[in-house]
Amino acid sequence: MSRGSLLLKVELRSNPEALCIVRNALGQLAETLGFSDTDRRSVVLAVDEALTNIIRHAYQGKPEQPIEVSCRRIQAAQDGVLKPALEIVLEDRGAAVDAKKLCGRALDDVRSGGLGLHFMRESMDAVEFRRRWHRNQLRMVKLLRGSEPAEGS
Amino acid sequence: MQISARYLDRTTILDVSGDIDLASSPELRKALLRELREMRIPRLVLNLKAVEYVDSSGVASLVEALKASRDTGSRLILFGLNSAVREVLQLSKLLKIFEIAETEEQAVAP
Repeated sequence: MSRGSLLLKVELRSNPEALCIVRNALGQLAETLGFSDTDRRSVVLAVDEALTNIIRHAYQGKPEQPIEVSCRRIQAAQDGVLKPALEIVLEDRGAAVDAKKLCGRALDDVRSGGLGLHFMRESMDAVEFRRRWHRNQLRMVKLLRGSEPAEGS
Repeated sequence: MQISARYLDRTTILDVSGDIDLASSPELRKALLRELREMRIPRLVLNLKAVEYVDSSGVASLVEALKASRDTGSRLILFGLNSAVREVLQLSKLLKIFEIAETEEQAVAP
């Protein structure tokens, strides 16, 4: 996997009202890169859910806390073959994520809550968490299926 | 997100438009639970035709309303689901637990 070129970097605050701005930006970016409508919606959903988790859990609803979203075009391996992909990294300075709690939830019971991580994992090809320099870092990758993205896009 | 209500005989229709996310889902939850728990409406119909996006907090509000409807013996019916909303409900594996109608006529039919 190469490091890839930076396509978009957004610095936002932990305010729920900011989510729609990021969704619009990500949707436009995914469309420009050539993702299908379904995959574009998946990318937008995964990022929105990740931001929601940061706001609710890492920052426990506290507003005005910093969040960074970086998007890069990368080559990611699938079945031993490098394929074009979108890498999205979200960073926050909130409470450490407890890896034991990142197991998602069983979907065989009808209850609200706990769906966000499930949505992220179902929507993306890779979802990885790590704690680094007092920051939570979430890396997600979505492979670009079908046609190659246009040069310079 | 915007919500407006229409009142028919023993039925309330809530027309919802815009995005249902962390910022707006508390308002939706409040509107749904008000009709079900306070107004005790026998049938609550949710028109989602103009909803462009729903996230897990929106799904959670719908699940909570469904539970409230079961507690109060009411019916909660959704209609007008577009691809985005349908995909999210499918992803949550909760699509089958909701009563879903294709049109408003079906949703309010006796």
